[in-house]
Amino acid sequence: MHAIIDYISSYLTSEKTPGAAGNMFWVLVYIMLVFAGLSVAVIAMNWLERKILAHMQVRLGPMRVGPHGLLQPIADAIKLLLKEDIMPAEADGFVFWMAPLIVVLAAFTVFIVVPFGPTHAITDMNIGILFMLGVSSLSVLGIVMAGWASNSHYPLMGALRSSAQMVSYEVAMGLAVVSVILLTSLHGHGLYGVGGPGTGDTGTLSMIGIVQAQQEQGVWFIFKFFPLGLIAFFIFAVAMVAETNRAPFDLAEAESELTAGFHTEYSGFRWSLFFLAEYSAMIAVSSIAVTLWLGGWLRPFPNLMNGPTWDQAFSFIPAITFLFFAAMCFYNTVRMPKHPLFRVQTIGLAGFGVVLGLIGLALFIPPVSVRVQDIFWFSAKVAGFMYVYIWFRGTFPRYRFDQLMQLGWKVLLPMGLGVLILTAALGLWPLIQQTIWHP
Amino acid sequence: MLIGGILVITQKNPVHSALALIVTLLAQASIYLMLYAPFVAGVQIILYAGGIMVLFLFVIMLVSIEQSMKERQFNSQWVVGTIAAVALGGLFIAVYEKGKNIFPNRALSIVENNNTQRVAVLLYGQYMFAFEIASLLLLVAIIGAVVMAKKRI
Amino acid sequence: MESMLHITTLHYLVLGAALFLLGVIGVLTRRNVVIVLMSIELILNAVNLNLVAFSRMWGGLHGQIFSIFVITDAAAEAAVGLGILIAFFRNKETVNIDEVNLLKW
Repeated sequence: MHAIIDYISSYLTSEKTPGAAGNMFWVLVYIMLVFAGLSVAVIAMNWLERKILAHMQVRLGPMRVGPHGLLQPIADAIKLLLKEDIMPAEADGFVFWMAPLIVVLAAFTVFIVVPFGPTHAITDMNIGILFMLGVSSLSVLGIVMAGWASNSHYPLMGALRSSAQMVSYEVAMGLAVVSVILLTSLHGHGLYGVGGPGTGDTGTLSMIGIVQAQQEQGVWFIFKFFPLGLIAFFIFAVAMVAETNRAPFDLAEAESELTAGFHTEYSGFRWSLFFLAEYSAMIAVSSIAVTLWLGGWLRPFPNLMNGPTWDQAFSFIPAITFLFFAAMCFYNTVRMPKHPLFRVQTIGLAGFGVVLGLIGLALFIPPVSVRVQDIFWFSAKVAGFMYVYIWFRGTFPRYRFDQLMQLGWKVLLPMGLGVLILTAALGLWPLIQQTIWHP
Repeated sequence: MLIGGILVITQKNPVHSALALIVTLLAQASIYLMLYAPFVAGVQIILYAGGIMVLFLFVIMLVSIEQSMKERQFNSQWVVGTIAAVALGGLFIAVYEKGKNIFPNRALSIVENNNTQRVAVLLYGQYMFAFEIASLLLLVAIIGAVVMAKKRI
Repeated sequence: MESMLHITTLHYLVLGAALFLLGVIGVLTRRNVVIVLMSIELILNAVNLNLVAFSRMWGGLHGQIFSIFVITDAAAEAAVGLGILIAFFRNKETVNIDEVNLLKW
């Protein structure tokens, strides 16, 4: 018994991620936490998308199911689980069954290396960013298989278009990522993941190492070598929207053009797997963008407003955010119609507000607040990206497919190459100066 | 991995064959991880499983296989082919018997966490010329593939 | 019993040889051109496995770099091979290797 408790508590004092410490129990705990958090995030995304799109289109969105439609995603999930599972007549059974599985696996495996904090990742591989890009390219296979196995021409066309689009924009993503990885090597003095003296000034591919490089250089990479960091971020942002088949690049699943693209023939639970995988992939590529450009878990302005008082002030922000949401819940409770039929909804909303308020108050306690800081800032930035995704969907018209491919190959690829060359040149500027002017 | 390999060469449907190959490639990537080569594993997943197999699946879809699935699967020289492969296997076993004393009995233990950095130092230092030639090869391959598959040159 | 627990280089070489044999059988006996190309990829993978296993044995990283180049070459060759396949299919409407007998006398 003692051995088990020692095993469990020995991790708590080591300063590494569970994967690096080799502690299987905590690895499993972290995996459960990430899985649960991701499921909650996908459910919240479903509700948020419908409400925010509705408000952008000057209408209200779902209001009936729970208070302000808060139980709508749960109703959708129950409906999808109870639907009949159809398989087309001549479809290839095994491939039809495997396709959503591959897409979901690829979308979820990516979260192994996502860094929520300096030690809050499931593990930190040496090739973190390479692993993320590689595994997210496996979802293309699942989409191709889904289109092929449905044995009807709408899904096949949708699958071919969608996979061609995803493969093209992976190239642009890769170039933008490489130009950021170059930046991690600029002030290297034994960064995380790099062996000590003797390896020189090298960069790193590990996700935690990239954020630590930003911490060391004191600037988020989006603002580095202005405007090159910004252009690289812009290229990645456009490429990631195209990679996840979201508007305005959603020709493959556009409802008005191709029935539903590659997931036309899927019904019930299999369709919800595709939907789950799409939202998880969105969160995954947003995590890449946040880690590489927006400083991961670092709080805003780490250098401009530094010092213990600013740290203390910023550490109150998580609690204040939750208390703000609780206040909004109570405000809307008061504004609910005073009709006996609405009594349950009003009580529900008030209860939800009380839960949020309790979480907010709990976040004021110093030990909890210290641990939650990194995770909060990371999640807040990813939530910002989610809002931008929904904003894009509500604002931009859809791209035609040839315009889409033209954008990927003729615009983003040369821009990516240009940014890469300029970043490398600016990064090595002292060396170039030395070579040219003092040979 | 061996099961994947056997499935690749025995399946009737090319799509099932391609799926088995994907499984084989992913198993290969995990074996690279066991051999302390994480960079090669990452490259394998991105390029092979995520790129080349997509290419294969595209071509399988373009080339209609309905008719070819109904024909005989193994070609007219399968007896000779199998005998040749077994002979090759015998050759392997003979080489093993002759040279099995060269290999050390236990594996080296070089656990490192800067594999990518060391690969990069070698790749851009000592093997720079090979790197440039590889990029030229890829350019030639791209032009060749585009020319071969065009409808009208 | 002790040598059964350690996975030495020899085990990897045997696995590589087995994959190579499977690939060779696939190339020599299948009719469908696409499956022949996939067997060629199996052969290249077996070679890569050998290279990386030897690189581990000697401790240097030259084997891994060579295997990266082999993967690059495999990609190029798969692309050109599939291009040839498409051109061939457009002419003959079949993916049967036995039908490629224009030079037969």
